[in-house]
Amino acid sequence: MKELRAHAGFPIKPVYGPEDAAGVDVERDIGRPGEYPFTRGIHPHMYRERLWTMRQYIGFGTPAETNARFKYLMAHGQDALNVAFDLPTQLGLDSDDPRAEGEVGRVGMAVDSLADMEEAFAGIPLDRVSVSLTINGMAAPITAMYYAVAAQQGAAADRVVTTPQNDILKEFIARGTWVYPVEPSLRLVADLIEFSAKRYPRSNPVSVCGYHIREAGCTTAQEMAYGLAIAAAYVELMLARGMSVDDFAPRLSFNFTAWGKIFEEVAKFRAGRRLYARMMRERFGARNPKSWMFRSLIGGGGSAFVMQEPENNIVRGAYIALAAALSGAQTIALPTYDEAYTIPSAKAQLLALRTMQICAEESGAADTVDPLAGSYYVEALTGEMETTILAELARVERMGGIVEAVKSGALQAEVARQAYLFERKLVSGEIPKVAANCHVGDRPVEADREVEVYAFDPKVVESQLARLARVRRERDDQTARTALRRLSDGARGAGNLMEPIMECVQAYATLGEIARAMQDVFGEHKESVKF
Amino acid sequence: MKVLIAKPGLDGHDRGAKVVAHALRDAGVEVVYSGLKRTPEEIVQAAIQEDVDVVGLSVLSGAHALLARRVVEGLRAHGAGDIKVVVGGIIPPRDVAELRRLGAARVFPMGTPLPEIVDAFTKQDL
Repeated sequence: MKELRAHAGFPIKPVYGPEDAAGVDVERDIGRPGEYPFTRGIHPHMYRERLWTMRQYIGFGTPAETNARFKYLMAHGQDALNVAFDLPTQLGLDSDDPRAEGEVGRVGMAVDSLADMEEAFAGIPLDRVSVSLTINGMAAPITAMYYAVAAQQGAAADRVVTTPQNDILKEFIARGTWVYPVEPSLRLVADLIEFSAKRYPRSNPVSVCGYHIREAGCTTAQEMAYGLAIAAAYVELMLARGMSVDDFAPRLSFNFTAWGKIFEEVAKFRAGRRLYARMMRERFGARNPKSWMFRSLIGGGGSAFVMQEPENNIVRGAYIALAAALSGAQTIALPTYDEAYTIPSAKAQLLALRTMQICAEESGAADTVDPLAGSYYVEALTGEMETTILAELARVERMGGIVEAVKSGALQAEVARQAYLFERKLVSGEIPKVAANCHVGDRPVEADREVEVYAFDPKVVESQLARLARVRRERDDQTARTALRRLSDGARGAGNLMEPIMECVQAYATLGEIARAMQDVFGEHKESVKF
Repeated sequence: MKVLIAKPGLDGHDRGAKVVAHALRDAGVEVVYSGLKRTPEEIVQAAIQEDVDVVGLSVLSGAHALLARRVVEGLRAHGAGDIKVVVGGIIPPRDVAELRRLGAARVFPMGTPLPEIVDAFTKQDL
């Protein structure tokens, strides 16, 4: 019989029975849904009381174009937003910066100042719609802009529900939108968490992402281990500021992927939930049960999709939705079938939304809590995942802890090594991909390329540059310059920078100016190049 | 053969670049990796200093045409037009011909099997 392995590395047996789940202590390890250690989910009735939130990742071109796509999906039943920003915005460059050439409005929406955020959310009530902001290195200024727009709309601070990603450690590991060195970057993460915890009690000021590290090539167990290690690093950061763990931990959130083998993914989340609960209660002494809950967006994984016969990706997306639902996701987002080619079309976005809706309404996956509990296989897998995650956490400790491992580049090198191993398994066929490395059809590849490719309109750049010039012309320059100077002064000190950043934003200082005011003090990250 | 694998522009996705770098190294090719967010000028300088035969650009953000043109032109302007430039990443099919016209020796769009890329280098089929 062919040997099979989980993506986490351990072997999978052809049959599981009672003996495989014999070591499980039901009370201690599984418990009841909504109760410590939350193996079965963080709510007692899960989707019977509240379905997961459907939150597709959207953003391209100008704020006006993005606003229109937001409204299109909301009209079709999407209940929350997840904003994509273009690379210059993610890196704190204005649209007219020479380094931004060719990248403005490409992979997300361009934001140069508060005026752009005002336009992006025009007609979208920020006291009723929850909005994720996929922004990290620039999380502090972009979230400040978001808070400012909410205030302009008259939304009460305690009604504002936003989730800036604000997870810079995973950017150093996987996604690359770092700007400042590790230490000042962590300071900004903590500033936003602290400011939000005090002023915006329903905002989720960080979304710890295993997702991107997995996309970069790590295994399932590493994804969870690195996510837990990053979360612990942020908790320690806040404790060092004198905050009590229960003052901020209930609003910590997560972003993970579920594109692999369905049962392994479910086991990963069940193991992750109980490891997180134990870590928060036992290691950090959290008393509020909400501080023990691993609340997660579970989603995509464009890396699961292939370009051959792209319609097959719609089917893959449905399995991801099922895995996420069986895993107890709070929010689901799916990649779109055209993702290997292009910025998603409206049609592909709608298909992804419909996929989640069919899973929710028709499949029965949402009918009862943690339906796989008690399966010999899934309980045994959950235990195997827990053991493997703990082993990966121990490896991180041997690298000096997550922050040191990121600074030295050792973790990045490990992720790259795993990506290469994975690619070799794709080449050998050990990891099958239908129509790519097995069941390859005789349809010429060109026939697969009839995907509607997003036609990037160069006018996007012109109009963005014109808006930026108008903001600079119409603002009170003196006020903006004073605010920027205060920000630089603040950066030299040790205080929380959110107030001075808010001041800059409200004076219509541009994102590039704000980023530079901090960079003058913090300097720039130098990447340790290892592969 | 010596190759510089480079990430021009602002795109931070380096999985593909590193996988190709690993595979080439395993195939006996000498490989240098630039790291993220290099400007075309920095890549041109590195290619000349490292005396490479080929520059492999990896771009997933959509800015490939502009960035590839800058690198090709930069190499020519420094009298290093004999250094070949190849491009990989999220390259829509309709852009492949344009990249070739701009001077890219080979283009490896998404979905290109890894052995095909390695063969192109080791068999000098660029």
